Amino acid sequence: MKFFPLVWSNLKRKKLRTAFTLLSIVFAFILFGYLVAIRTAFTAGIEVSGADRMMVTHKVSIIQPLPFSYRDRIAQVPGVKAVSFMNWFGGIYQDPKNFFGQMSVDGGNFLDLYPEYVLSPEQRKAWLADRQGAIVGRVTAERFGWKIGDKIPIQGTIYRHPGGSNLWTFNLSGIYDGVQKATDTSNLYFHYDYLNEGTGGKLGIVGWYVIKIADPARSGDVAKRVDALFANSPAETKTQTEKAMAQSFANQVGSIGTIITAILGAVFFTLLLVAGNTMAQSVRERTGELAVLKTLGFSRGQVLGLVLAESCLLALLGGGLGIAVAWGLITVLGDPTHGQLPVFYFPGPYITLGAALAVLLGLVTGALPAVRAMRLRIVDALRRV
Amino acid sequence: MLNWLSQVAAVTWLSLRTIGQRRGASLAAVVGVAGVVAVFVTVLSIAEGFRKAMTSGASPDTAIVLRSGSDTEMMSGVSRDAARIVAEAPGVRRGASGPVASSEIYVVVDVPKRSTGTDANVPLRGVQPAAYGVRDRIRIVQGRRFEPGRNEVIVGRAAAAEFAGLDLGGRLRWGENEWTVVGIFAADGGIAESEIWCDVGVLQPAYRRGNNFQSVYARLESPAAFDRFKDALTTDPRLDVKVIRESDYYAEQSRTLYAIITGLGTTIAVLMGVGAVFGALNTMYTAVSARKREIATLRALGFQGGPVVVSVLAESLALALIGGAAGAAVAYLAFNGYQAATMNWSSFSQVAFSFAVTPRLLVQGIVYALLMGLVGGLFPALRAARLPVATALREL
Repeated sequence: MKFFPLVWSNLKRKKLRTAFTLLSIVFAFILFGYLVAIRTAFTAGIEVSGADRMMVTHKVSIIQPLPFSYRDRIAQVPGVKAVSFMNWFGGIYQDPKNFFGQMSVDGGNFLDLYPEYVLSPEQRKAWLADRQGAIVGRVTAERFGWKIGDKIPIQGTIYRHPGGSNLWTFNLSGIYDGVQKATDTSNLYFHYDYLNEGTGGKLGIVGWYVIKIADPARSGDVAKRVDALFANSPAETKTQTEKAMAQSFANQVGSIGTIITAILGAVFFTLLLVAGNTMAQSVRERTGELAVLKTLGFSRGQVLGLVLAESCLLALLGGGLGIAVAWGLITVLGDPTHGQLPVFYFPGPYITLGAALAVLLGLVTGALPAVRAMRLRIVDALRRV
Repeated sequence: MLNWLSQVAAVTWLSLRTIGQRRGASLAAVVGVAGVVAVFVTVLSIAEGFRKAMTSGASPDTAIVLRSGSDTEMMSGVSRDAARIVAEAPGVRRGASGPVASSEIYVVVDVPKRSTGTDANVPLRGVQPAAYGVRDRIRIVQGRRFEPGRNEVIVGRAAAAEFAGLDLGGRLRWGENEWTVVGIFAADGGIAESEIWCDVGVLQPAYRRGNNFQSVYARLESPAAFDRFKDALTTDPRLDVKVIRESDYYAEQSRTLYAIITGLGTTIAVLMGVGAVFGALNTMYTAVSARKREIATLRALGFQGGPVVVSVLAESLALALIGGAAGAAVAYLAFNGYQAATMNWSSFSQVAFSFAVTPRLLVQGIVYALLMGLVGGLFPALRAARLPVATALREL
């Protein structure tokens, strides 16, 4: 620690150069912050999926509906604690660009199955009491500036009223929050009864069932029992954990993880060369000084440490500043796609990874010049000047 | 003026020739710019490839008829009677066996991806025989066409490559029906290559659609016949439909994702670019300070400031050009044609596409590189021109 002033004054010796190197590291870490936030936006659904929830969909595809009559039969399967269902509405609010999920659900037990949605008891009561009521997540409510009590008109694309009109109006009874940052709060949920009555009262189908199981470790057994129940029927089922479902969905979107890792790799490789070159150069310029230090009795290890400390200090400063700026921008400006991503925040645990990358960057860029400085022979170095 | 130009040429030539002496620093600047351009071009090639897959097969003389109020085939419904009226409407091209119009059903089925083994939504399209006339770029590359009335399917080339079990002769089970893959088809890289096709007459009962379809694809006499066709249908009191050009329909579906990827790619490239410019600034400042005495000597000999500025800028631009070209080449060699698949949110189904590094992207990448070179060279160039001659000459 006592050599800190020495390291510091070495960094200050060419202020402009240090500043440029620092800034290029800062920008690399701002990019790092944004990329991990984007990655989290795509994978958060997998990590926060309910461990004790499973989804029962039509075996051919999730777009195929299942008979309403399955509900009572699934409820009797051993290991199933509760059954609920959802039905995709797919309506348009003002413009197709304003996309968000709308689902009709069984209001009776929906919120019990999804404890990650936090709704105040009054709003919950209001929603259950209003057949035409709907609840919406914070993200979407803020996106469109909705307030509780608003009437929300949505054009149905799949469901129409018997008269031919496709206008559906919902009363906004509540706005729910996510129990954690990674919870998706973009969906709107409304009562299946309203959909059923609005289409003539003979719907008889739901999109998929959601079941709560007693023991997550036995999800495989439950899946087998449910699927066996409907084998060889016109509507066979596929039962899987919510996590498996989220994973296969993320795979359908594409290998976002791979792409982002590749970009980060390119960024750091590029940066490594830029910063490494500067480090090497500044050490080369100081050959004489290093020789003097050695003459004064600095050991090989100390010289190595001095140069490495300099490069690590620069990388850590740049990395810390970059991550702080990224965190600030992400928190203040929010989602750059304006609501297309379900969640967008800087994931805390990645600060550790960022710090590790900064240290690595410092070590790698400093390694070559440091070793050269360590091996320097006093006589040669002094003669060169 | 001529004198000035010859000074410029002499000094620029000198600085370009001596780049080799500053190899390390120059290489760092080149690699910095190359990295930025490679990422920029590659990310944009994803967007370009996706748009190409969505729109290249769509032609302006084909119209799609949907129920009014539906934005996609998935949500639409067209009755048998309505479909017949559409096929007989004015403006529809007529072939040997009647109007070139195909009434179709569009559903998705779960098929595992080859890469991950997890299920994906693959589009299954039921078509009428006229479909081959509507999309005349469809070509069977393996096997044969399906026979009407049988549980047979043909599979697009891209879908066959992306999803497991879609090989020629493969048997697939969806619901109560078993299907056999009897052919693989190509469609000039268009979106149909991501689809599975079968006879719509077989799909209707399998999906309990009765006599109903979801869309009608009609080939028109010419692109100009569209308005006549559209007016005839939208003013017909028996119909409640909307009419879109096929090219507009798919352009609209690709718009959002194209905008998102392009936006993200540009943001990443700008942030990376700023980082690389700082690297280039370092390199150029170093180059200027290494040549301090040389520049001062030139100035003492009577060379003006202008040529010195130009020479430093030229060096920085040359390095950027090399970096830009290298980055663009890496992007082209490593990623042009790279196969991928993603979700088309409008139809909730998979689209297979390949990254497209187009000439326009290569040019954009190099222009961006030159921009970085210009910014990275400007300030060092100005400093070089302002060097006080006497002090610089005195320095060792």
